Amino acid sequence: MSDLVKFTLDGRELQAAPGTLVIDAAKKAGIEIPAFCYYEGLSLQAACRMCLVEVKGAPKLLAACTLPVAENMVIETESPTVVDARKFTLEFLLTNHPLDCPVCDKGGECELQDMVFRYGAGESRFTEIKHHVDEKQWSPVVFFDAPRCILCYRCVRICDEGMGVKALGVTNRGAYSEITPNMGSHLECDECGACIDICPVGALTSGIYRYQTRPWEMDHVGTICTHCGDGCKTTLGVRNNEIIRGNNRDRSGINGEFLCIKGRYAFDFINHPDRLQSPLMRVNGKLEEVSWSKALVAVAQKFSEIKAASGKIGIIGSNRTSNEENFYLRKFAQAIGTPHLDHRRTGDIATLLDALSGRADALATAEDLYTAQSVLVVGADLAQQHPFLAFQMRANWRHHQSRTFVVTQGPVREDAFATRNLRAEPGQEIDAVTTLADDLKSSGDLIVVFGDSIRGDSLRKLVSFIASLGVPAKYICLLDYSNSRGAFDMGLIPGDGGMSAPEMLAASDLDALWVVGANPLADAALASQNAFVVVQDLFLTETAQRADIVLPAASAYEKTGTVTNTCGQVQRLSKALNVMGAKPDLDIFHLIARGMRLDLGPAQPDKIFSEIRATVKGYDIPLPVIATGGAALTNPVNGNVPHAAASAALVRGSRDTLFTSGTLGRYSPILSKVMEAPGGLYRK
Amino acid sequence: MTFSPQLEARLEKLLRSYPEGRQRAALIPMLMYAQDEAGYISKELAQEVARRCGVTTLQVDEVVGYYTMLRARPMGRTHLQICTNISCLLVGGDKLWEQACHKLGIGHNEVTPDGAISLEEVECIGACSWAPALQTNFDFHHKVTPEKLDQLIDALRKVN
Repeated sequence: MSDLVKFTLDGRELQAAPGTLVIDAAKKAGIEIPAFCYYEGLSLQAACRMCLVEVKGAPKLLAACTLPVAENMVIETESPTVVDARKFTLEFLLTNHPLDCPVCDKGGECELQDMVFRYGAGESRFTEIKHHVDEKQWSPVVFFDAPRCILCYRCVRICDEGMGVKALGVTNRGAYSEITPNMGSHLECDECGACIDICPVGALTSGIYRYQTRPWEMDHVGTICTHCGDGCKTTLGVRNNEIIRGNNRDRSGINGEFLCIKGRYAFDFINHPDRLQSPLMRVNGKLEEVSWSKALVAVAQKFSEIKAASGKIGIIGSNRTSNEENFYLRKFAQAIGTPHLDHRRTGDIATLLDALSGRADALATAEDLYTAQSVLVVGADLAQQHPFLAFQMRANWRHHQSRTFVVTQGPVREDAFATRNLRAEPGQEIDAVTTLADDLKSSGDLIVVFGDSIRGDSLRKLVSFIASLGVPAKYICLLDYSNSRGAFDMGLIPGDGGMSAPEMLAASDLDALWVVGANPLADAALASQNAFVVVQDLFLTETAQRADIVLPAASAYEKTGTVTNTCGQVQRLSKALNVMGAKPDLDIFHLIARGMRLDLGPAQPDKIFSEIRATVKGYDIPLPVIATGGAALTNPVNGNVPHAAASAALVRGSRDTLFTSGTLGRYSPILSKVMEAPGGLYRK
Repeated sequence: MTFSPQLEARLEKLLRSYPEGRQRAALIPMLMYAQDEAGYISKELAQEVARRCGVTTLQVDEVVGYYTMLRARPMGRTHLQICTNISCLLVGGDKLWEQACHKLGIGHNEVTPDGAISLEEVECIGACSWAPALQTNFDFHHKVTPEKLDQLIDALRKVN
């Protein structure tokens, strides 16, 4: 690496790598140079003129966002000339900007407002009538108020470069320039809302959040999105026990500020009118609302009876419940002596861990996807199913020119920047992958990302093929739902002689079926007519409709605990709100256990997590990392599971898209309102 | 959308004049040549050019919206452009503009009902030495007087 460049910034002698932009160098030294158009990670625009600085010897002020530091450069960032220039820039920006701050969503967290406050550009010499254009609605999610726009192009760039969608542009010129959606009058896009969050002013506003609250009236709860397996952190704005918005503007968490429509908006299933808020019990063939105590006593009694008679109790766990809940449920199953425990497995992590046989550093994190020299995607439409991982890959290609290889059934968005893309039918991807051998060998360290069609033997073949290349390789086994990985690691897998989920459904002599946060009867029938069925869920799903007792469960946003994402990173949930009548699954397990006089130990998430760290292989992770909102990577070892029990044949992905999310998706009004929803533009 | 063989050949050549992967650079000349033939840049034309240059239709719209010489709606068979920028203004360009508006009964960027003539008030057309100047399609008219303008418009009405 070449020598550092020495320069003087506001009288301080500083050093930075050659090519460092003045704005970045200043930021590193703790000096904020204000800017609207400059945005870390996006291409340079130099449109707003806010970041002008004085450079000794230069005849005019220079834009710090495009100016690289040079040897012996002397820069002033807040000299009287600079302050004056910024004041004038603000005066111009306010020429047509309406001063409707008191009703603007952005008021209080608006970058323009902050800057006008800071530089005191409160008075304007413009007396002309402001150019006005009416507000437009582009989609159920995105509204655009052109007069507020300061034309920083952030939205255009995040959509184009960040998301790879290119749905926004700027048409016309001068004072009449306007951000324009791709369909002229409306948007057809991912509806991720990144453009809204990145907007420094209130020009782009969210259909869900607009005119709901003032930003300072909310509590901000950073938790993990409950939809897909990528484990994005979403910061929920909560007021009066209601979630008003989701975003991640503090850029904490593994995803920085990335969120898709689900993480940003699809929290609205929380107060869907169909949300269960009271236990239901089947009385004379119909489900009726009963009290919690009545329902819990009935479940405990029935389970105790069946246990006493050595009957068969099948338990199907959830892909969305926390690690603590899954761990506790497994303990429960052991305590009542049933080996019939399973969950819907959406990727063959079992075989992967077995094939890697404990090789350290063999699992890639989402961050690795941003730094690896090459990425191989096998059998997965990442932009649709794992939007955050796709975002990381796109950023890696943009910033580091990484090489991407894609082997999928049909066209995917990653084709646009892939070095090579091949098409292969599910199950036949490995043959196509082997033809990439020479490319992969010469592309440096590699991350292999694979979907649910790569399982069992074909996965072993893939691992041994990659090993034969002789390049450092890491893996990401794609899993759907927020805690599929945790459900597997915590051992929601059949014990010795236990039945798998499909076998439980098919067993005519099953005495009881206990389904926690899953919907196995959506596409299968329960063979045992007399089985006593207990369901814990948020909604009356197909499975819940067959239940004898339905217990209303809390969602991930209503509880604490930890979840493990598809990369194997453990992160903490924070409780954002309470929903009347619903209980966290852990509390429900605990109450049933008490009713059955079982001693399963403490039922506090923190205590259970200590137990998990002590007993589940790979989970001895540093507590401070997750306690401070970070993501800790588990070791690539098989947590709790005898490999033989986890049959690869049962692996089945969720087939979710950007606009579906298992059973939760259909209860999210926003996911069904956008026109791109399945049946609209994006088909399965 | 189909073009004449001549235009087709021209556009082909244009695309080949840029290095592989930089075909979007052909966007503006392609739009101008296509506009000469089609009269204006229709939605269909924008889509076709977008396809050829490998950009989105929105990116074509951005360019069309930015450059005033690219037009998203039909203009007259003769497009009359009168300069009212400083050099022409000093010698009566603004009077010529008012005269034309009055005589044709249309304003800036408007078309006569019969579709014959359209009018545009333009910034400098690079003919300051012969101000006041105006342009009919690609033909320049120098040192225009009110009488000359009158005759010109009458002649245009006959031709169209």
